[in-house]
Order: sequence, then structure tokens, then C-alpha cells
Amino acid sequence: MRPARTLAVAVRVLQQVRRDPRTLAMLVVVPCVLMALLWWMYRDVPGPVSPFDRSGPALLAIFPFVVMFLVTSVTTLRERSSGTLERLLAMPLGRLDLLLGYGLAFGLLAAIQSVVAVAVSVWLLGMHVHSAWLLLLMAVADAVLGTSLGLFVSAFAHTEFQAVQFMPALVVPQILVCGLFVPRAQLPGVLHAISDVLPLSYAVDAMRHLTVGATSTGVAGDLGVVVGYAVALLVLGAATLRRRTP
Amino acid sequence: MLDGIDLRIGAGVTGLLGPSGSGKTTLLRAIVGVQRTHGGTVTVLGSPAGAKALRSRIGYVTQAASVYDDLTLTENLRFFARVLGVGPDEVERVVRAVDLGGHRDHVVGRMSGGQRSRASLAVALLGSPAVLVLDEPTVGLDPVLRRDLWALFHRLADDGAVVLVSSHVMDEADRCDQLLLMRAGAIIADGTPAEIRAGAGADDIETAFLRLVER
Repeated sequence: MRPARTLAVAVRVLQQVRRDPRTLAMLVVVPCVLMALLWWMYRDVPGPVSPFDRSGPALLAIFPFVVMFLVTSVTTLRERSSGTLERLLAMPLGRLDLLLGYGLAFGLLAAIQSVVAVAVSVWLLGMHVHSAWLLLLMAVADAVLGTSLGLFVSAFAHTEFQAVQFMPALVVPQILVCGLFVPRAQLPGVLHAISDVLPLSYAVDAMRHLTVGATSTGVAGDLGVVVGYAVALLVLGAATLRRRTP
Repeated sequence: MLDGIDLRIGAGVTGLLGPSGSGKTTLLRAIVGVQRTHGGTVTVLGSPAGAKALRSRIGYVTQAASVYDDLTLTENLRFFARVLGVGPDEVERVVRAVDLGGHRDHVVGRMSGGQRSRASLAVALLGSPAVLVLDEPTVGLDPVLRRDLWALFHRLADDGAVVLVSSHVMDEADRCDQLLLMRAGAIIADGTPAEIRAGAGADDIETAFLRLVER
């Protein structure tokens, strides 16, 4: 592993994204628009705790995860199909250098996306949370998780269509059982056990802890699980990158 | 796929000629060490193909231009130079070597096919590797440019590099020091262009190829 090479990969990925201002704009604007839509949906719903305060933080965990998953899996796949991956793997570049470079570049993009989405939610739409900073930290961690999962999954996709299909296959089930629709404690036993091993459950749990009326003590543990999954998926992703291919 | 191939490739410009589908790319990939092989040994500069020590000593150009279409030529070269750990002055040298001086800041995706394949070739020249493996680098190029590139290959060979170039155009045979003729996964002739023509009793390589196949 060489930090200079990791950095070279990260700079190159960011240069590529810069050439595509529309993607960059959508990356930043779409989550904000969705949060505003959520706020608008719940505006006239009565109740002691605003449903926007209850569900909003969970969505701030899910958006960066989903968006970064898609962006990463398509970008990596493009690298495979263009032949540049084969060229890089024939060069003195560590596989982990490549993946960490990607992780670094998309992590930075995710941070920008999350800063804007959290700022809009908390200061413009009036979402009540314990700590906007912890919320931001979790959102970035979730985005990095999405990047790692995307990098890992792209090894099993041969076309961009397949890569996009991994979203309903691997991401939507996580959204369904993460506690957003039914509190995880009320899920049937088997589903509860499944949700216990899915990383997005911990991402959403952390966001729940940050909502007003809950205690923020469990956040550190949840953050640890999310980061642990992100690192494990990166290492697994490196193992799937083969220098020799048929 | 490739059976019973036993050959040595030495200094100079070696041409690997054969129709498409004959196994040229598979053989080149085995030499670079990116092809999964089932038995057999490939040794490059004394190490098994694909060995870590070889990764900075082999320049490889795939058939499709493997450069980033959304980056400029300079951005592409700077990135690959950093990966290879060679200095930025190398970037300027290889840009001139492939005659793309006027296109430094052009986005590669908007270049013509010939310019893109030269951009891809430029990447392989970074750091002056001891072995250059070029998969059909001259396809579709202007004859003037093709002549210039072959002159470049010979200059690199004169400087001591092993240059292995594949092509499906038999006309390019006479530009090579050594020739390997390939068909259906097998090498059907191996030698200098003159030796192969004389051995088959033909005036040109195209006819020699036909005679060798029909024997």
C-alpha cells in the first residue's frame, strides 16, 4: 500500500467527476429536494412529535447510502469495461490502493452532499436533533458504507444494467427491515435476526438515537458497526479484484 | 485455446500477425500476465509473467484505447505517471513521442480514434519499459502516422526494448525485424520476414501465409 498512489487514484476520480457537472449538481441538490418533500408531506400531520423529526434523520442515513452505492458501482464497472482496470492491475498499483482511492474520493463527495442535506434539514426545514454534527458524521459514514458495498458488488456485475439491479436486490430489502416502516423490535423473529446483521439497520438506529426524545448514548456503537462493515466490504472488494482474468 | 506454442521473443521489433480470432490477444495477455492460463509457463525478463517485479517494466497497450475518456491527455498521463512512480517530465516526453503535442489539454473522449489509440500508447511509454506489448496499435491510422509509429517502435527497440506488436494487416510484416504468424491458436511460422517468404517460396507474406495454411 502506498499513500501517494491512493491519493493519485482519488485525485483522478475527482477530476473525472468535475467533468460531469450535472452529476455533481444532482448529487447535492436531489437529497435536499427529497428532504423538503418529506417536510412538506408531514407538514399538516398532527401529533406531539413531528413525524418529520422522527423519519427525517433515518432518511438522511438512507439517501447518501443509496446514492453512493449507485454512483460507485457504475463508475467501477465503467473502469472494468473500458480496459483501464486491466491496465492498472498490470501496473505496480496495490488493489487496496485503488479501492481506498475510490473510497477517499467518494467519501469526500459524500461529505459535501451530507453537509448540504443536513444543513438544509436542520436549519432551513427545522428538523430537531440532539447534535447536527453527529448527524453529519453518521451521514458521511453511511455514504462510505454505500461506496464500499458498491465497490464490492461491482465485482459481480458484468454490465451496468446488472449493477443497477443490485439496488433492488441488496439495498431495498435493507431499507424495508431497517426500522423505518416497522420498528425493528416488532418485526417477526427471523426478520429481526436478519435486520441485526444488515449494516443499514445500524445506520438508521444511530439516526434514531439522535432524534429529540431519544437518548444519544448508542450512537458510538452504531457508528462503529457501520465503519466496520465499510472496512470489511473494502477488503472483500480488494479480494475480488483479480489481476488475471479469463 | 492456445496449444503447443513454444517460442522465444528477443530484442528488436517482433510482429505477431494473424487474422482476428487467431489468439493474438490471448498470447499477448499471457505475456503481460493478465490472462488466466491453464498450464504452461511464460517467462519475461527471467521472471514468471505477471510477477510483481515486472509490473513497472512492461508497457501494455490493449486493443481498445484504455485511457479515461473524461480526462484530458495530460491528466491521464499524470495519473498513470503517479501510479508508476515516474517523474512529471516523462509526461512531456511521451506526448512528443506520439506526436500529440497540440492535444495536451484536449479531453480524450473527444479525440479521433487514431488520437485516442496514440494516447493509450503514450501511457505505455511512460518510464521507458524494457518490454512493450502492443495489441494492434496501428489499426485505422493514417499511413503517414503508421509509418511514424513504426519508426518509433524501431527507435525504442534500438534503445534496447523488446517490442512485440500484433496486427491483422499482413502488409505490416515487412516493417518487423522478426515475425510470428498465427492462425487458429497456433504459431505457423517464426523467423525474419525474408526467411518466412523464402521458406514458403512466396514473394509476399500474404501468399506465404496462404501456402503455409494449405500445406
